[in-house]
Amino acid sequence: MRTLILRTIAPYLSALMMIFSVFVLLRGHNDPGGGFIGGLLAASAFAIYGIASGVASARRAMRFHPMAIAGSGLAMSVLAGLASILFGVPFMTGLWAPPIPGIGFEVSSVLFFDLGVYLVVLGAVTSIALALEERDEE
Amino acid sequence: MESASNPYGVDISQAMILERVALADWLLVFPVALPLLTAAILVMMRRHPNLHAPISLGVIGVVLFSNVVLLARVLDDGPFAMTMGRWLPPFGITFVADTLGVLLAATAALVALVCALFGSTTINATGKRYGFYPFLMLLMTGVGGSFLTGDIFNLYVWFEVFLISSFGLLILGSERAQLDGAFKYAILNLVATTLFLIATGLLYGVFGTLNMADIALKSEALRGEGPLMMLATLYLVAFGMKAAAFPLHFWLPASYHTPRLVVGALFGALLTKVGVYALLRTLFVLLPQEGGALSGVIAVVAVLTMVFGAIGALAQADIRRIMGYVVISGIGIMMAGLALGNEVGLAGTVLYAVHSMLVMAALYLLVALMRQVGGSYSLADLGGLYRLHPLLAAIALLLVLSAAGLPPGSGLWPKVMLVKSALDGGAGWIAFAILLSGLLTTLALGRVFALAFWRPRAGGSMAETVALDRTGMFALGILMIPILWIGLYPEPVLAMANAAAASLLDPVGYSLLVLPAGGGS
Amino acid sequence: MIETALSVLVGIFFAVAVYLLLSKHTIRIMLGVVVLGNAANLSIFTAGRLTREVPPVIPPDLYVPEIATANPLPQALVLTAIVISFSLFAFLLVLAWRAYQDLDTDNTEEMRLAEPKNDPLPPLSY
Repeated sequence: MRTLILRTIAPYLSALMMIFSVFVLLRGHNDPGGGFIGGLLAASAFAIYGIASGVASARRAMRFHPMAIAGSGLAMSVLAGLASILFGVPFMTGLWAPPIPGIGFEVSSVLFFDLGVYLVVLGAVTSIALALEERDEE
Repeated sequence: MESASNPYGVDISQAMILERVALADWLLVFPVALPLLTAAILVMMRRHPNLHAPISLGVIGVVLFSNVVLLARVLDDGPFAMTMGRWLPPFGITFVADTLGVLLAATAALVALVCALFGSTTINATGKRYGFYPFLMLLMTGVGGSFLTGDIFNLYVWFEVFLISSFGLLILGSERAQLDGAFKYAILNLVATTLFLIATGLLYGVFGTLNMADIALKSEALRGEGPLMMLATLYLVAFGMKAAAFPLHFWLPASYHTPRLVVGALFGALLTKVGVYALLRTLFVLLPQEGGALSGVIAVVAVLTMVFGAIGALAQADIRRIMGYVVISGIGIMMAGLALGNEVGLAGTVLYAVHSMLVMAALYLLVALMRQVGGSYSLADLGGLYRLHPLLAAIALLLVLSAAGLPPGSGLWPKVMLVKSALDGGAGWIAFAILLSGLLTTLALGRVFALAFWRPRAGGSMAETVALDRTGMFALGILMIPILWIGLYPEPVLAMANAAAASLLDPVGYSLLVLPAGGGS
Repeated sequence: MIETALSVLVGIFFAVAVYLLLSKHTIRIMLGVVVLGNAANLSIFTAGRLTREVPPVIPPDLYVPEIATANPLPQALVLTAIVISFSLFAFLLVLAWRAYQDLDTDNTEEMRLAEPKNDPLPPLSY
């Protein structure tokens, strides 16, 4: 699979997919999109990068172990739910910060929960995908 | 109730919880949220496996403490609920603390604490790196969530959470026998949870709600319209399979002896009991009349489970596999209470579930220690352990008596209650089966004691004394305290079991506590 | 009408799943598990009533939807179930592959390592 064309295109394609995945994540509260689909997009970005440039460089590009990324996402989601303990509302209640003009999305605990889902999906799917690609390379 | 902070200018008090949630209510979320958070943190700390055990022990300690406080509060003030995301039930997902759920959750936390302690020395660095503690925390999340949730689909999600973590624990080590056992375990449990999912989907189609309290209120009105009997039967099959009831138990003896023994202790103590708990909830709270109509079937299943489990235990030479069959036999005894369906019988089931969690965990840990000392799992090779470790022999004897339902162990009282309930209800054959399975279990476990501990070592030579794992011995000792406590002074736990049984027989009362109409808010 | 057709389809799915699950070979059992999961999802979807594709989104200037919308709950249930069964299936696939490599068979009748055929009986006396 390591053709010249794919190797040249893959970094740009992966970067584009990562940006698109964040876009999908952020628009997800009121429009189609969200953390799960965004995480899948990001995972496929790393998978394509892994196919083109080898699993080792894909792992280097991630910096952290995929399972550690998944763990951090899970922790973020739980903490986003637990944040409502400070406001006297039940677990997992959505908390909204005052709108910040110009950023195009609203900061809320729901967003952090979704970001956690994004990271869990990204980490878990990438770890499976890279493990399978590693088997192919052998 | 127009709220000033409400920007929409509509009355949202019909749909949302507006009053502040007391900090004490948060205790209900901790047994689920804390282990989940810890699992996440431990996964991030995969390069520091040495820190996994202390962190897990601390968190399980906090979970156990919050469960005990929760139990005290429920016993004093009655059940209470917390609904996620401010949406009033039945729209939000509700967590409910009632005596049954919290009692079992607290016992599960104690077992998990002991197993985490036992695992700190018996699970090697590889096992820790492969995620023993993260999976343990995830298992606790699933089990705790199952006991505390008040939403039937949420129960399915927690079932899957502990199922997936049990897969991870089962193949820790990747031995060939483990792969074989895990495959059968995985397929059959997946089929069981899929049946659960199907039943839940059809239930939603009939009731239009997933909140257990709401279902309990509506099941009276929908009787005669919807196919409720089919739902009850589907639940019986699905949870009977999860609980390893005859004839759907074959996955258990195929898999429970293959993982590390501390994992076997967790599985034998927790997983099948969640199945029994789910049976109690669905057949008594959700669909009481249909559950009653099925009691004949449940009685036959219960009798066959307890007798065949005990016979299976008699036929094994491997002590790990004996324990697997003892778990099955205990499931049959719990299901006898379900079949009897009266208050004494249900209280016996609840008490037996608590007893079985403690004793099965202790028995698996005992097997691990016997292996350390005797060097084998086979009854043909073991021997002379009494000479080597009299204390271990004493604990073993107590556990054998307890599992068989003899004094001074914790197994006596639930069996007394079940036998009495069976005789009062005119079901002498169930009483006979309970006593027969008790006799067979006594024989099977008594033989383990006689051959492994009492019999002189083969060849007459005295093996060199093997130092027992002190941490493991200490962990087993912790479990002995509640076992003997229930055996010698059963009143407190008995009162809790009676309260749990009474609330199971009063589903409408349970519903009114959860739903806002009768919640008094 | 369409419910009837879908119910028949669900029935066919279940029949196929059971047939495959009863097979001796692990790969067929796996396929059976997949079909069973899809049958379950389809039956939830059908049980949750089928409606025209009106998204359950309330317009910004209203508090209740104008017309009857699709019920989002069964879809959420199916989505959850799909995600869960997908992850469980990914695990099962890896497990079956490993079992096939390590045990050298995909025939469940030969997978007897955990419960060997000629396991010795316990000793009858001292």
